[in-house]
Amino acid sequence: MFAFLMVIICPFFLGIYYSMTDWNGVRQTISFIGFENFRSMFHQPQFLYSFMITVEYTAINVVLVNLVSFFLSLLVTGQARLRNLYRAGFFVPNLIGGIVLGYVWQFLFNNVFTLAGATIPLLSKSLIARTDTVIWAMSFVNTWQYAGYIMMIYVASIQSVPTSVMEAASVDGASYFTRMRKVLIPMMANAFTISLFLTLTNSFKQFDMNFTLTNGGPSARFMGGAVKASQLLAMDIYNTANGSNKMAEAQAKSVVFFLVLVVFSLVQVYFNKRKEVEM
Amino acid sequence: MTSKANPMALEAVGAKGGTSKRAGKIAVEAVGILLFLLFMMPFWMVVLNAAKDAKEIIYSAVSWPSHWSQMWVNIVKIFNNPTTDYFGAFIDSVIITSVSLVIILLFSSMCAWVLVRNKTKWSTFAFMAFVAAMVIPFQVVMFPLVRWLRIVGGGIGIPLLGTYQGIVFAYLGFGCSMSVFILHGFIKGVPMELEEAATIDGCGQAATFFRIVLPLLQPVAVTVLILNGIWIWNDYLLPLLVLGSNGAVQTIPLAVTAFVGSYLKQWDLILTSAMLAMLPIIVLFLFAQKYIIKGMVEGSIK
Repeated sequence: MFAFLMVIICPFFLGIYYSMTDWNGVRQTISFIGFENFRSMFHQPQFLYSFMITVEYTAINVVLVNLVSFFLSLLVTGQARLRNLYRAGFFVPNLIGGIVLGYVWQFLFNNVFTLAGATIPLLSKSLIARTDTVIWAMSFVNTWQYAGYIMMIYVASIQSVPTSVMEAASVDGASYFTRMRKVLIPMMANAFTISLFLTLTNSFKQFDMNFTLTNGGPSARFMGGAVKASQLLAMDIYNTANGSNKMAEAQAKSVVFFLVLVVFSLVQVYFNKRKEVEM
Repeated sequence: MTSKANPMALEAVGAKGGTSKRAGKIAVEAVGILLFLLFMMPFWMVVLNAAKDAKEIIYSAVSWPSHWSQMWVNIVKIFNNPTTDYFGAFIDSVIITSVSLVIILLFSSMCAWVLVRNKTKWSTFAFMAFVAAMVIPFQVVMFPLVRWLRIVGGGIGIPLLGTYQGIVFAYLGFGCSMSVFILHGFIKGVPMELEEAATIDGCGQAATFFRIVLPLLQPVAVTVLILNGIWIWNDYLLPLLVLGSNGAVQTIPLAVTAFVGSYLKQWDLILTSAMLAMLPIIVLFLFAQKYIIKGMVEGSIK
């Protein structure tokens, strides 16, 4: 209880206060400057760009991760003979930290996939060194990492759907896809709520993999200034404070970040909850 | 792992007639194997290239390594390199993770138990605070946290930055909100009568907790340990901020990044170090697969 207060609650409120000051991490005196930090950050190309690509990255991930993992969950709950092996295999990437995975994939993108460049022109230049593909490359890695985890949530949900319901639908002449659309998916709505929530918040907060895979990545032009093309919000906050010692500004950004995250996830949960059916 | 046959299985597409059914089965198996290999490919590449020297990787990153013994040479190089103490980082990671886990489990279960059994306005409020805190992203608290720890550590005379106690304390703070939430849900289902019986038999509050409540928590404790364990083992930002990138106490993720920073683009050594970092957790997974998957899935659903 005490540790909780000290580590989260106090810093949280301190953080909100610092976001309205000119704290730079070096000077001892901190003075209150109101909403100046909040006003200035919306004039920074890098922040706006980071914001934009974070939304893009999150949107891609939410769709991709959930599609892939739903498909995988169907595969491993089926009668494939090696289903337990597949399950374990799909799950493993999720156990390894984003830092280590980032380096591994950096190697793969830069040194392995480019070897195929002769046959597939798309790959001839590393995908993480191009402004237009870097976000997709990151989403791809993220999907690889999280699909196994989300898959297990779907698996648990599929297995809780009573066999009798599916058989009844089958006897009534429902085809495979009708059964899936009309019976299975509505009954799994709860799992979809959770999975969408998890993928949404995870991608939005992405830092580790971003940091080691691209470290901001190639530069791009945006609003008349040079920006880092793959610097997601979490990393932008980190760099604002660490690279240029603008602690208070970073803090203000993080408060905005927090508010946006809360709004996004509340909206998502609200819409998903409405679609859930009682068993 | 339990896996009942499911009527919604993919091969049901071709469920009519013998031959098409068999063809469907083979197709499903093929898709499965293909995807499995795709998912495993990065690991395979790591192992292959960890057994090459720098020249050989540049020459060809996908070929079979010419001498597997090179892997051993790389490992020795990593352990002997002067900038990062790999073995020390491993030990530190083990210490930090295990101590944090024990403390998180002990304190959160006490806290959850008290919150469930004493129903007051305050306990409801405290519980809501724990739940609300789960939504706060780390980025919001990280910089004030460092400053705060420095002030508090200076005030009470125990340094909290760059030390074991500091990071364990921070992990207790960050880990307990989710743990309390999960344990709270479980303790609500524990019958009150058991504890009343213990009190009648002469148990004090502490004895009731340690002898009756704690043993009952075993199934959910596994969930809490696994969720927190994997998070703490892989965590990067918190150790970076609390321990510093070249402090005396290091964790594996910190060591890997420090290492990469000093050996830029030396892929042979980087990949070998990545392999060493992955190894313990994969070995653990192979032994405790069932518990890990169950723990992680249950943790998310609650």
